[in-house]
Amino acid sequence: MTEVSSNINQTHVFNGITLALDGGGALTAPHIAYRTYGALNAARSNAVLVCHALTGDQHVLGQNPITQKMGWWETMVGPDKPIDTNKYFVICQNVIGGCAGSSGPASINEDTGQPYGLEFPVLTIGDMVRAQKLLIDELGIPDLFCVIGGSMGGMQTLQWAAAHGDRVFSAIPIATAARHSSQNIAFHEVGRQAIMADPNWRGGAYYDQEEKPSKGLAVARMAAHVTYLSESALHRKFGRNLQDRDALGYGFDADFQIESYLRHQGMSFVERFDANSYLYITRAMDYFDIAADHGGKLAEAFKGSTCRFCVVSFSSDWLFPTHESVNIVRALSAAGADVSFVDIESDKGHDAFLLDEPEMFKTLRGFIDSCAIARGLTASGDAT
Amino acid sequence: MIDHRAHADGNISSNRLDLKLIADMIPKGSRVLDIGCGTGELLNILVRDRNVSGHGLELSQSGVNACVARGLSVVQGDADKDLSYYPSSGFDFVILSQTLQATQRPQDVLEEMARIGKKLIISIPNFGHWRVRLDLLLRGRMPETKTLNSQWYNTANIHLCTLLDFVDLATLVGLKVDSHIMVHKNKIQQSKSQISALDNLRAELGVFVLSPTLS
Repeated sequence: MTEVSSNINQTHVFNGITLALDGGGALTAPHIAYRTYGALNAARSNAVLVCHALTGDQHVLGQNPITQKMGWWETMVGPDKPIDTNKYFVICQNVIGGCAGSSGPASINEDTGQPYGLEFPVLTIGDMVRAQKLLIDELGIPDLFCVIGGSMGGMQTLQWAAAHGDRVFSAIPIATAARHSSQNIAFHEVGRQAIMADPNWRGGAYYDQEEKPSKGLAVARMAAHVTYLSESALHRKFGRNLQDRDALGYGFDADFQIESYLRHQGMSFVERFDANSYLYITRAMDYFDIAADHGGKLAEAFKGSTCRFCVVSFSSDWLFPTHESVNIVRALSAAGADVSFVDIESDKGHDAFLLDEPEMFKTLRGFIDSCAIARGLTASGDAT
Repeated sequence: MIDHRAHADGNISSNRLDLKLIADMIPKGSRVLDIGCGTGELLNILVRDRNVSGHGLELSQSGVNACVARGLSVVQGDADKDLSYYPSSGFDFVILSQTLQATQRPQDVLEEMARIGKKLIISIPNFGHWRVRLDLLLRGRMPETKTLNSQWYNTANIHLCTLLDFVDLATLVGLKVDSHIMVHKNKIQQSKSQISALDNLRAELGVFVLSPTLS
C-alpha cells in the first residue's frame, strides 16, 4: 500500500499487475498518473474522486505542468469551494488511454521497446474505472465519499456506481448519459476520420516522426468544440463579427471571429494532446452503454444501490441533453435509489459544467453538505 | 402543478396548516415521497425532525433547485408523467398536498399513488365549502377563496372537486379512507367516521389518510 500524503502529483506503476480489459485485451503494469488535494482523514472516509472528461487530465487545481495553465475545475474544487479541500481528500487520475502520464498509446510497449501506437488495446469506460479502482485500493481507501465528473467524467461516475456501488457513498454525474447517443458517436467518428486522414498520422506510428498528425487532430478538436457550445452562446460571444478586418475578405481566411476562435482552439489543443489518445478515448465513450451490460434495463444497474445520487444537466446542452439525465433519474427512481436531479438554466451548452454556474455550485454545495452530515463528516448543525 | 409553498425556512407557514397536520402523521424513519414538494417545506421538517427517508418530486425547476440546495433528495418531474417510474410499494407514505386538483388526470395520479405507496396522505381544497357555493349562487361568478385565489382563466386548479367527490374517486380506484381531518378557519376536526354532508359544507380543506385495498 502506498503511504497517503497530501498534494501528491505523481505516477504510480502497478508492477506485476495485469489489468484484464473488456475488449479481451490486457494491460500489463499499468501506469496511473494522479494528483491529490487536501488530506485523508484518520477514518479514510473523506475521499472524493474527481473524474475528468475526454481531453481533461489530473490537474484539477493548481498549475498544469504541460500547459502552464491553472487547473480545469478551480471553480468547483478548492478551499471553501463546493468540493472543499479543507474537508475532503480529492483524487484525480489521468484515465488509461490518456496522454498525461497514465498508460496510453504514446507509452512504451515493454514487449517492443517502442510506443504502442495502435498496438495499445482498445478500452472501455469500465476499463478506465477498473484502473482507477486499482489506485483507490493502493491508497487503502475502503470507499469513496463521493465520485463526481462531467461528460465522460459523468460516465465514469455512473460506471463506479453501477459496477462498484459498495465503494461509493455519493455520486454526482454531470452533463452526461448512461449510453453514448448515435449523434455523439457520429461526431466522434468525424473527429477520428479527420485524424486518420492526416498523412502524418501514419497508421498511428508517428511518435518517432518530426511531423505529428496535428492538422487532423486540430480539425477533430474544432468540430468537437462546436458541440460543447450552444447556438445562443456562439451568437452572444461572436455573432457575425469580423476578425481583424472591416469588410469581408472574399476568400478563405478567417474572416469571422468564430473561425479565428476555432482555429485557435484547434492549434492550441494539438500542443497538449496526443492524436492516438483522442482515438482511444472517443472510442471508449462510444462503447459506453450501462443498460446493455444489464440486460437492456438501466434500473437493473442500480438495483439495491445505497449510493446517494445528484444528477445535473444544463438546459442548453445539446451534446448530452437534459433528457439523457432524465433517463438516468427515472432508472434510479425505479431502482429505489436516493436521487436528486437539477437541470441548470444556462445558455453555455455542454461546457457549462466547467464554467461559473452559481446555481450549480449552490445546489451541489447543498447536496454534498447533506451527504457529509449523513456520512458523519460534519455535525448536522454545521450545514446550511 | 403550482409551487404552493413560497417560503421554506424550516417553519411551516400558517396558511399551510395541512403540512403541519401531515407531518404529525408520519412515523419516524418512514420512507416518504412528497409529490409536488415545492421548495421542500414539509420534506425538510420530516427529514430533520422525524429522521424520515424523504424524497420529492416537483414540477418547477426553481423549487427543485431550492430543495437540493438545502440537502433534500428531490427530482424535477411531473405527477402526471413520472409516477410510473417508481417501484410498486416503494414508499411507506406518498403525500400529495393540495396538488391533485392541478393534475391533468387525477384518476391516473391516484392509481399510480395507490401502486407505489403503502399509505397515501392527500389534502384537498374543498370546492363544496359553503363560501364557494354561496359565491356562485349569489354572485353568479366563479368562486375565489383564500385557498382558491386565481381567476378561472389563469388558475392551475383545473380539476376541482368537493370532499365527497374525492372520496368517490378514491373508492373507485380501490382506496380506503383510514381517517380524515377537516379544517375550517384553522380549526381541526379529526375523524374516522364517514364524511357527512355537513363536513362537505363546512370544511375549507380535507386531509385524508388512505390505504390501497387488496384487489
